[in-house]
Amino acid sequence: MSKKEMPQGTAFQSEVGAGHPSSPLRRKLVTAIAGIPLISASGLVLAANPPTAKINTTKLAVTDTEVTVGILHSATGTMAISETGAIQAEKLAIDQINATGGVLGRKIKVIQEDGASDWPTFAEKAKKLLEENHVAAIFGCWTSASRKAVLPVLERDNGLLYYPTFYEGLEQSKNVVYTGQEATQQVFAGLDWVAKEKKAKTFYLIGSDYIWPRTTMKLARKYIETVLHGKVVGEEYAALGSTDFGSTINKIRLKKPDVIYAAVVGGSNVSWFKQLKAAGINGQNQTLLTLSVTEDEAKGIGGENLAGFYSAMKYFQSLDTPRNKEFVKQFKAKWGATAPIGDVTQAAYEGPWLWKAAVEMAGSFDTDKVVKAEESGKISYDAPEGMVYLEPNHHLKTRLRIGKWRNDGQADIVYTSDYIMPNPFPKGY
Amino acid sequence: MDGYSLSDLWSILVMQGFSGLSLFSVLLLMALGLAIIFGQMGVINMAHGEFMTIGAYTIYVFSKIATNYFPSLMPYYFVLAIAAAFIVAFGVGYVVEFLLIRHLYKRPLDTLLATWGLSLIMQQIFRSVFGAREVSATLPNWLMGAWKPTDTIDIPLNGLFVMLVSVIVTGAVMLFLYRSSWGLHVRATTQNRMMAGSVGINTKKVDRVTFAVGCGIAGIAGAAFTTIASTGPTSGSLYIVDTFLVVVFGGAASLLGTVASAFSIAQAQSILTFFMTNAMGKVVTLLTIIVILMLRPEGLFAAKVRK
Repeated sequence: MSKKEMPQGTAFQSEVGAGHPSSPLRRKLVTAIAGIPLISASGLVLAANPPTAKINTTKLAVTDTEVTVGILHSATGTMAISETGAIQAEKLAIDQINATGGVLGRKIKVIQEDGASDWPTFAEKAKKLLEENHVAAIFGCWTSASRKAVLPVLERDNGLLYYPTFYEGLEQSKNVVYTGQEATQQVFAGLDWVAKEKKAKTFYLIGSDYIWPRTTMKLARKYIETVLHGKVVGEEYAALGSTDFGSTINKIRLKKPDVIYAAVVGGSNVSWFKQLKAAGINGQNQTLLTLSVTEDEAKGIGGENLAGFYSAMKYFQSLDTPRNKEFVKQFKAKWGATAPIGDVTQAAYEGPWLWKAAVEMAGSFDTDKVVKAEESGKISYDAPEGMVYLEPNHHLKTRLRIGKWRNDGQADIVYTSDYIMPNPFPKGY
Repeated sequence: MDGYSLSDLWSILVMQGFSGLSLFSVLLLMALGLAIIFGQMGVINMAHGEFMTIGAYTIYVFSKIATNYFPSLMPYYFVLAIAAAFIVAFGVGYVVEFLLIRHLYKRPLDTLLATWGLSLIMQQIFRSVFGAREVSATLPNWLMGAWKPTDTIDIPLNGLFVMLVSVIVTGAVMLFLYRSSWGLHVRATTQNRMMAGSVGINTKKVDRVTFAVGCGIAGIAGAAFTTIASTGPTSGSLYIVDTFLVVVFGGAASLLGTVASAFSIAQAQSILTFFMTNAMGKVVTLLTIIVILMLRPEGLFAAKVRK
C-alpha cells in the first residue's frame, strides 16, 4: 500500500494528540524542514519537530529526522507460527505512523531481530537492541517465557517493551506496557460468561504443558471453586506439540463436564480439535471455551473442526465496526487477502500507536518521561477493537468478547463485556 | 471408578483400546521408513522427520488444487495424493542420497551431522515456500467423523484410516524386504557389501533405491498424519524423537522388532496416560524403555548380523 492511501481513520487520542491534529499542511512543513532543525519556524512546526538534544537526553538512537525502534519476535522456530502476525501488525502500524508524520516529527526506523523461539536468544537480542542500537522502544515477545527472559535486560538498561500477548498476569514492570489482556480480564470474565449463559457447574481443564496454561489454570481452578462454586472434574497438560489426545478425550467422556476449558497452544490445537470432532464431541453436544484459539490457529485447525466452540478474546477479526473494517482492509492490503488477524495481532498493532501517544504526551523519547506519561492514566487509543485506555498499572482497560466459531474460520461475537479494569495482581491468587 | 455405569466403562474400554491401537499405527508408520534407512543401512537420518513433512505438504498442495480447480474430485483426491506423497519423498530421497549420503557410508556419525544440517535446510525451504504458519489440508468428508457401532462408542474414522494405511505399508515393506529380489539384494548388501558386490549386485544402486524407499515411506507417514495433525515447517522435528525411540527400542535391524516396539510403547503410553496425567504417563513410559534398554542394549529383537 502506498503511503498516501493510509492516514485517515488512524486517529489516536491523547492530551498532545488532541492539540495537534495531523494536517496535510503540517506534514508538508515537516517534510520541508526535515534535516534543518533549530531554524526559526512557526510554533506549530517547532512543536512537531523539536530539537533532538531537548527530547533525547539519554543517548537513544534519535536523530533530527529519525527514531529507531526494535521489533523482537520469533521469525523462525516453533513460535514463528504465532508471532508472524504480530510482526506484520507492528510494521503496519509503524508505516501508518510514518505516513502521518512520524513521532515528534521523526520517522520511525525499524531494526528487526529474531528471537528464534529460544528464550536466551530473546534476552541476547534485547540486550543488543538496547545497548548497541539504543532503540527508543521494543515491540516484541509472545510467550511468557520470552518476556520473563527479556525483563531483567529491560530493567537494567531502562528500555521500553510493548508486549502484545494475553497472559497470566501476576506481573507489572515499569518498563513494559502490556497490550494484551491479563488473566482477570480474559479468564475470570470468560468463566463468568459460561457459568451464567451455559449454567456450567463442572469444568474439565486442559492445557499445554508450560508456564502460561499452568498458571492460568491455577487461577481458573481457584475462581471456579471459590467464586462460581463449581467443580473441576479433571485437569491435564499435554506436552507442547503433542498430537495424541485419545486418552484425554476418553477421560472427558467419562467425566461429562459441562464445560471443557482449554488452553492448548500452537499446532497441538489442530490434533486436539480434529480428534474431538472425530470422537463425536462437537459444538452441538458439548460446550468448550478456549483461551488460545485466534483466527491464526483457526486457519490451521479448519473451521469445520471448530464450529460451535467458543473463544474468549478481546478482539475478533469479524468485529463489525467501521474502525475495524478499515483496519482489516489496510492489513489485508499490506499482507495479503488470506492473512488472518487474531487477537494478539491486533494487540501488537496497538503497541506503536500507544507508544507514539506516550512520547508525544511526554514531549520526549527519554524512557523515564515516557513511562511517566504512560502512568498518567490519560492515554487512550481508538483501536480496531474499540477505545482502549492505558491504565497506570501498564495494562489496558478493555472489553472481553466471546466468539462462537463458524465453519469458515471466523467467529460470531456472541457476547461483549463492559470495560474491565486490568488487575494483574488479583487478591488471593 | 465408582459412579459410572458398566456400559459407560465398557465403551470407554473399547475406545481406549482403539486409541492405543491408533497410536500404535502412527508410531509404526513413522518408524518403518527409518527402520529401513537406519536399521538396514546404518544411516542416522536426522532429516527423516522432514521427509514426513514433505509428504504432509504434498497432501496440502493436492487438497488446495482439488478445492480450487476440481471440486468434484474432492472425495477421491486423498488416495491419489498419498501416492504422490510417496513419489515426491522418494524422488527427494533419491537425489539426497546421490548428493550427500553416498559420500558418508563409511562414516555413520557424520551422517548424523550432515542429515541434521539437511533437516535445517529443508525446514527453511518449507518456511520459504509455505510460510511459517501451520497449514492443514481440507479432508474429504468420508475421513471425518466417527463410526458408531453402539450409541456410546465412537471410533474416529481418521484413526481407522491411519491404521489401514499402516497395515498396507507394513505389508508392502515385508514383501519388499523378504519376498522380492530387491529385498534380497538389500539384505545381502547390508550384511556383506564386498561379497554382494562380487556376486554382481550393483550395491550403489541398491543403496540409492533403499534410501529413497525409506524416504518415500516417511512421505506416506506424513501424508497419513494430515488426517490427525497439522503441518508446519518444524513438524518433522516433533516426530523424529519418537521415531528413533521406536526403532532403537525395537532393535535396529529388525522389522518385527519395530512392530513389537511400536505396539508396546503405544499401549503403555495409552494406558498410563489414561490412569495418570499425560506428562506422568510419558515419563513412566520413557523410564521403562530406558530400563529395558539397559538390560537389552540391542533392543527388543536383536538382528542376527555377522559382526
